[in-house]
Formats: sequence, structure tokens, C-alpha cells
Amino acid sequence: MDVLATALPALGDAWALILQPVVLGYLVLGVVMGLAVGVFPGLGGIAGLSLLLPFMFGMEPVLGLALMIGMVAVVPTSDTFASVLMGIPGSSASQATVLDGFPLAKKGQAARALSAAFTSSLFGGLVGALFLTIFILVARPIVLAFGLPEMLMITILGLSMVAVLAGRVALKGLAAAGLGMMIGTIGEADAGGSLRMATYDIPYLTDGLALVIVGLGIFAIPEIVSLLRQDRSIAKDAKLGAGWGEGVKDWVDNKWLSVRCSLIGVLVGIIPGLGGSVVDWIAYGHAVQTTKDKSNFGKGEIRGVIGPESSNNAKEGGGLVPTLLFGIPGSGSMAIFIGAIALLGSGDIEVGPAMLRDNLDITYSIVWLLALANVVGTLLCIAASGGIARLTTIRFTYLAPFLFMLISFAAFQSGQNFEDLLALFVIGLIGIFLRRFDWSRPAFLIGFVLSNPVEKFSNQAFQIASFRFRSSFEEGMAYIFSPIVIVLIIVTVVSVVLGIRQAKSIMAEGDVQAGSKRAPLVFLLIIAGYLVSALINANAIPDFNMTDKIVPLVVGGIALACCLILLAQMILRPETDTVFADKERAGEDADAPYGLWSTLAWFAGLIVATWFVGFILALLGFLIAFLRVRAGASWALTLILTAAGIALMCVMAGALNRDFPPGLLQDVVDLPWPLT
Amino acid sequence: MTIKTLSSAVAVTALLAFPAFAEVDFSGETVEWVIPFSETGGSAKWANFFAPLLSEQLPGNPTVVVKFMPGAGSTKGANWFQEQEHEDGTLLFGTSGSTQFPFLLGDPRVRYEYADWTPVMASGTGGVAYLNPKDGAKFDGSANALQDIDFIYGSQGATRLDLVPLLAWEMLGMNVEPVFGIKGRGDGRLMFERGEATIDYQTSSGYLGASADLVANGQAVPMMTWGALDEDGNIVRDPTFPDIPTFKEVCEATDGCETSGEAWDAWKAFFVAGFPVQKIAFLPAGTPDDVRDAYVAAFEAVRSADGFSELAAKQVGKYPVFVGEGAARATVAGTTVSDEAKAFVQNWLQEAYGVSLN
Repeated sequence: MDVLATALPALGDAWALILQPVVLGYLVLGVVMGLAVGVFPGLGGIAGLSLLLPFMFGMEPVLGLALMIGMVAVVPTSDTFASVLMGIPGSSASQATVLDGFPLAKKGQAARALSAAFTSSLFGGLVGALFLTIFILVARPIVLAFGLPEMLMITILGLSMVAVLAGRVALKGLAAAGLGMMIGTIGEADAGGSLRMATYDIPYLTDGLALVIVGLGIFAIPEIVSLLRQDRSIAKDAKLGAGWGEGVKDWVDNKWLSVRCSLIGVLVGIIPGLGGSVVDWIAYGHAVQTTKDKSNFGKGEIRGVIGPESSNNAKEGGGLVPTLLFGIPGSGSMAIFIGAIALLGSGDIEVGPAMLRDNLDITYSIVWLLALANVVGTLLCIAASGGIARLTTIRFTYLAPFLFMLISFAAFQSGQNFEDLLALFVIGLIGIFLRRFDWSRPAFLIGFVLSNPVEKFSNQAFQIASFRFRSSFEEGMAYIFSPIVIVLIIVTVVSVVLGIRQAKSIMAEGDVQAGSKRAPLVFLLIIAGYLVSALINANAIPDFNMTDKIVPLVVGGIALACCLILLAQMILRPETDTVFADKERAGEDADAPYGLWSTLAWFAGLIVATWFVGFILALLGFLIAFLRVRAGASWALTLILTAAGIALMCVMAGALNRDFPPGLLQDVVDLPWPLT
Repeated sequence: MTIKTLSSAVAVTALLAFPAFAEVDFSGETVEWVIPFSETGGSAKWANFFAPLLSEQLPGNPTVVVKFMPGAGSTKGANWFQEQEHEDGTLLFGTSGSTQFPFLLGDPRVRYEYADWTPVMASGTGGVAYLNPKDGAKFDGSANALQDIDFIYGSQGATRLDLVPLLAWEMLGMNVEPVFGIKGRGDGRLMFERGEATIDYQTSSGYLGASADLVANGQAVPMMTWGALDEDGNIVRDPTFPDIPTFKEVCEATDGCETSGEAWDAWKAFFVAGFPVQKIAFLPAGTPDDVRDAYVAAFEAVRSADGFSELAAKQVGKYPVFVGEGAARATVAGTTVSDEAKAFVQNWLQEAYGVSLN
């Protein structure tokens, strides 16, 4: 009752603070800015918040909070546009949405998918806020109960979703996840600083690959290239089916799924150090396991959209707990948020344990501003979704050059290196072949995302456990097998068993025909070759840095074993077996009027030209050439579209104070912005 | 007179005249303050704190924007800055202890040279080490009773700022086992709160933000600060924590710990580089004196403005901000260590943690 006595007045104060016209005005302003930034893939809340920072100095606290929270809250909402309409995962929060959202768009049901997604986001956000209002007062001991073994188990639970998403040949899914994990270990190890598949001569590799680049490469590039080859619109026959009302109805039909996934989102969100990377996969896995007819997953199942979207906005609320209670940011944007709060007003608000005691009203304002921002953002998004869905009826050849432009820009923002573009291309190539030969791309991505947490948590938990065991056996066992860990182990085992049974009916890549033996075999040998060299490389790390080599060795070994079994299967089985699945044999890709390499050459051309003359000049040439030659547009249209594209890039980069990749030309002569 | 000779004559006159008439004025320009870390770290906070203040004080009130160039623990950004030359005075660069340590330890990736750059402002911080309550009860101003206990410490890496606490504990004869791979001191504190780690340290702002609460609740016992430097370069009590003894005092009270000799010299050298002179703002090589003076004057005005010290105490801690000559002296102190100290630390890293920097 003590808790209630302090909470209720604070809650009342918080509402009085929020419900002022000027505060709501700032909130709407923040929401609109957040939507504008969020629709561009790869930028996300960090770019937007950095933009706001200079204005925060000395600003009235509640106004500054309204502006910032408006912006942060809607990024996971608005990035749904890119994932549903274009198959581009806008941020780590919307990876799983791509799996079913994009197929729905292809069926002409983009508006339905979008409005279902937005309604789920709204609901998730509200559930998150409601839950937090009570929970934030008692959360501290619960958050502290999640030690390293518990976090490791949650990561493994996330990883176990590979079982659901492995595809028709489970071994291939497992190998894809293993490959993703191995790619995730590239660079300097966190623990001992050893280099894995990297050298100091290529500084780019020592930092490892960014999630944005891998997400874009694995999901966006293969889809863009495939649609471009088919020379059609995203929605088949350029027709729009179900409208936005349908999507809201879908959500009503699945409201309990939405409730459960929202709670998953909040609960996983409050654990510091895990962040958003696992939430949407766990929610997606849950949606699959609770659906009777699983045959539509991967082909456009609305529940596959509602699940992850309910969880990802709820997660933002959950993420506030470690941020506000411990002063530990759950994500990059939260880190800037903490810094910005200290600039507000007279600088009295200090995020951390004192926040609940001294500024409970501000804490509640933050929680409910977040909920309110979700409402405003969702309404704006739903209102816009019908119109924006029309993009899917445009002939894709007119969209593709702009998508190449956007993803190149997004990739470059992750590290501001020319190598970002090269990495995007190489990962894109891997994505194209994973898709072609029916190796599960979601499994690959889950592996990549969870590679670092698995390695970090297992090493650290092992170190501390061995320390506990040294003092006594009981103490060690109590540390590793806490009640939470045991529950998580049970959940994981059940999920894996169910997942393996269901995996065959969930075809993330659709039904792929088998063809000749040669191409799939060559691809398998290339992957096995990479794994072998990565294993040799990891093995060369000296033994005193065991923490840096053990995970690559174990994971790489398992992945290689899968590849060897697959190799044996390929040798023994006839070429009609599913293990030889190849999209170039039959179906859309095989019938496409354009070849893979000639299509990819356009993208390669943009990158090569950037290396010589810098991004904007390269883009100028690329857009004109592409629209004239490939799309066959008139000169007038070509010039108008090119100008519009370049103007969009310049406005966006200018507003966010971002640079473009320079080329050799810029080394020689000084050019004015944006040509630099 | 042809147009060509006329124009070159004008150009020559202009060049000759420039230094004499030049009045540094940044009206309508944008100063870029490049930070070689991500948007989320302490250096970002530091630059974001100073940027609007600097903008107010520079002639012509240019917009000061903070740009981030993370990579290879700041080595990438610092190598980039090494290649920049003075153009129009609108480029500023901020380094941190994580930029200084690889430089001091001879990391093969370092291609930058602090002596080439023009320091205009430097500021520091302090650090506090603390213990869990059970072992903290045995602490009596010396570490004598802590020498047979095994401690666990969540560490970001032995070659980072953590070098200073790890070496200090080692010198006190304590057995501290670092668990490497955490991403920030906040994660280390959380590990301590969960009881997984049994010893921890925070920089001043981190300690004030959350660890002080733990101490007040009896969940942690402060052990020592790293101290602060006086005018003559002696280690004295940290002005932010006058009641907590310094490592120097604890070392003197502890059997087997010496405040002279090569271990002490090495520790002190890296402490100076990592704490009292932690963050430095530089102009690029070849910056003319008038531009430097404009920045020095602006930072001087920032530093002496009303209410600055209260504002700074909350944001970046109650520590001196050096400008101009003071910043230059601080930079020399923070970026030079003797060959003996360097060799000692390199050897210790190799023996204790198997870290080889070659």
C-alpha cells in the first residue's frame, strides 16, 4: 500500500504535466519528425535524437521529453513501412515483420498488413505503458535476478527459434544459423581482443559487420534484385486487395496473440544487455507455435505480422526500465536519451536509482508520453497507409534505383566507410544465394544477431561459475541452475521440439523446386570452405585467449558437421530431392526476363562509380543511366525523377548533418557539399 | 598588365595582407567537433555539453555540431584526424583516455602523433573503487586483510582505462580476476549489484550517479579514489571525494606496496593519462595562432562564465578545465610516459593477461 500511496499522486502529477496543449504540441512535432526519420531504413532513432540534442540544453524538461520521446517512440512503428512494402528491415525491431509482411504486400494486401501492424504497435505500446506504471516500482529486484546464466538462456531461447525457421531441410537451417554466427564473430573479440577472420591491415573488419548492413544485405537486396529481374510491380498484377479496415479487423480477431506478444516484449525489454534483437524473433516463434494452420507462415500470414509488431513497441517501454532505474541504456538511442535528459532544465534530473525516488512524476511522464506518442504515431501511420500502399502497384523498375540509393546511404551511415558499401554488396550476394538455394535467411540473421550475446554471456557466465565452483559445489550449482534458468531451459526445449515438428510446414522462402545437382553443390562447398578457413583461423588464436576461440570453434564445428552431412546427402540422393532446391530452376526467378548478374551489375556500377567520383555524382549518373536504359523512361521523366532522388538525398543528409561517401575525385579536388 | 598577372598580383597582396588584417570570425559557419566514439559514450556527453557553450563564445557564434566517427576504439578517428590539415578553423577533434592508452602502449594500429596537434582545452575526471559489504568490513585503510580473498571484477579490457584499477589492485597484493568483455562501466556496476562481481570502480560521474546510492544503502563500501593532481603534479585527495583515501594512501599503509619504484611510476604515468587529463580538444596540425587564440579565448570564457562550475559538476564532474597553455601542459603530461613505465606495463599485460601489443 506504501507503493500505491506514492505512486498515485505522482501519476496524477504526471498527467497534469503531460496534458498541456504546448506539451502535446511538442509531442506531435517529435512524432512527425520520428516518422520522417523512421521511414528511411537504417537511420532510426539515433540519427533523429542526435539532431535534437543541441536544442535540449536548458529546455523546459517536460517539453524536451515530449519532443524526444515523440521521436523515439514512433521509430519502431514507422520502420514497418519499409519492411512491409519493400522487404527492407528498417531496424532490428522489424526483422521478423519482413517474413510475412512483405509476402502480403506481394499479394496486393499491403494496406491490410500495414494497418494490422500499426494497430498491433499501438496496442503493444499501450500494454507496455500500463504494465510499466505498476511494474517500475517493483522492478529493481526482478531486473537484478537476471544474471549472466539467465541472460545466456534467454539468448539461447532466441536462438532456438532457428528450429522454427529452419525451413524444409533442418540441417540447412542449422548450417545457415551457424554461418550467421561465424560471420558475427568476425573482427576483434570482446573478451581478449584477438582478431577473427580479420587483420589490422583492413581496419574495417576489426570492428565486425554492422547489423544494418547484414539485415539489408540478407533481406533487402535479394528481394530487390528478384523483383527487378521480373520487371513487375511488388503487388502482383499491380492490384490492391484488402484495405486498411481489414487489417484492424485482423487485429481484433487476434487480440490475445497481441496481448501475449506485448507482454513478451515488455519482459524481454526490461533485461539490460539483450535489447531488441531477440524480442521479435521470440514473438514470431510464439505466433507460429500458437497457430493451428501453419501452412501460411512465410507466405503472408497476418499473425506473423501481428506478433512481432505487438512486441516491438512494447519492448521500447520495457527498455525504459534499465534506462531509468539503473542508468544503463538498453539501446543506442536510449544512451543518447540519458545524455539529453541531463541537459534539460537546470540539469537536476539525473537518470539512475535516484530517479524513482526524486522524480517519480517525471518518470511517469516519460512512460505515458511514450504511450501517447504511440497513439498519435499510429493514427498518422494508419491514415497514411492506404496511400503509401499504392507504391506497391508502381512498376518496380521505377522504384528499384531509389531503393538502391536509400540502402547504400543507410549502409554508409553505419560506419561512414566506403567499405560499408562493399560489405553491403558482399552480404547481399550471400543473401541472394541463400534465397536461391533455400537456405533459411531468417536463421542466418538470428545467428548473426545473437552471435555476440551468446559468446559474451557464455564466456562470462563460465568464468563466474568456475569461480563459484571453486568455493563450493553447491554454490556453483545454485548459480547456474537458478529457478529462472530452469524455467527457461524447459521453455527452450519445448519450443525446439515443437519447432522441429513444425518447421517443415513453414517455408520462409516459399516452395522451391529442386533442380540439377551442380549449383547447390558448389554453393555448399563454398560455405564449407569458408567455415574451414574460419575454423583454422580461430584455432590459430593462442590458448591463453581461450575465451576468444572457444565459441567460434564450437559453432563453426557444428556448422561444418551439418555441411558435411548435407554433402553426403547430396552425393547419395537423386537430383529431384529437396536438398537440391534451386530457385533458378522453376518459378518466378527462373521465368524472369532479366538475368541475375546483369541486374546486379547495376548496383555494382553504383558502388564502383562512388569509389571514383563520390556518392552524389555516381548517383546522378546511375539514376539517369538506369531510368533511361533499364526502365526505358523518356528524357523528361528521367530528369525529373533523378532530380527528385538527388534532392531527397541532399535534404535528408543536410537535415541530419550526414556526409556522403567520397571517392577518388574528392581526394584530388575540393568540391562543395554535397559533392564532397 | 594582363588579367593573369593582375589576378596573381591581387592574390599575392591578399595572401600577404591576410595575417595582418585577419580577424577570426565564424559568422554563418559550422564548426564540426569530431568525436572518435559512438553517440553513446562519455566523450559524446562531454562534447555535447561543451558544444552549445562554445558556440556562444566563439566569434561570430558559429553552429557547433558534434560528429561521431567510431571505430577501432577511437584509433580510426584519430588516424583520420592525423591526416587533416588546417583549412578554416572549423574542425575540432576530441580525444579520450582510450585514444591516449593505445598511443602510450605502442599499439601497432596507431598512426597518430599527439605532438602534431594543437590542444585548446583539456579536462579530467577521477575514479572511485569500492567493495562488497562483506569484504568491505575487512578494509581498514590498508589492503592487508584483503590479500587472501579472490575478487571478481567486470572489465572492459586490460589495455583500456581498466589498466589503472587492475594494476592498482595488483600492487596492493589483491587477487582480482577480471571478467572481460563488458561494454561500459554501467554494465560492470550492474554485475556488482547482482553479486556476480565483488569489486568495482566507476569514474566520478558514474559513482555519483548510482554507486553512491549503493554506499548509502549499505550495499557497497568505498575503498579508494585514484586521487587528483595538484599544481606540482603530486597526487592529493580527489576534491569531489575528500573523505575517501587515495590509492597512494592505501598503498603506503599496505604491506608490500611501494609508492616509489618502477611499478609506482608506471601506475602514476597511466593514471595521469587516463584520469586527470582524460579528454582533450584539439585543432589540426598547422593551425595558425590567431585561430588557436580564438578557441582558447572562447573556452576561457566558457570556463569562467557564471554558473559553469555547478553545471559542469553535474555533467562532467568537479574537475579543472585547462585551456591554452594549461591544456598544452596537460597534454604533454597525459601523452608522455617514460620508456621504463611503458616497458613495465607491456610486460605486465603480457604476463598477467597474455596481451601482446605487437
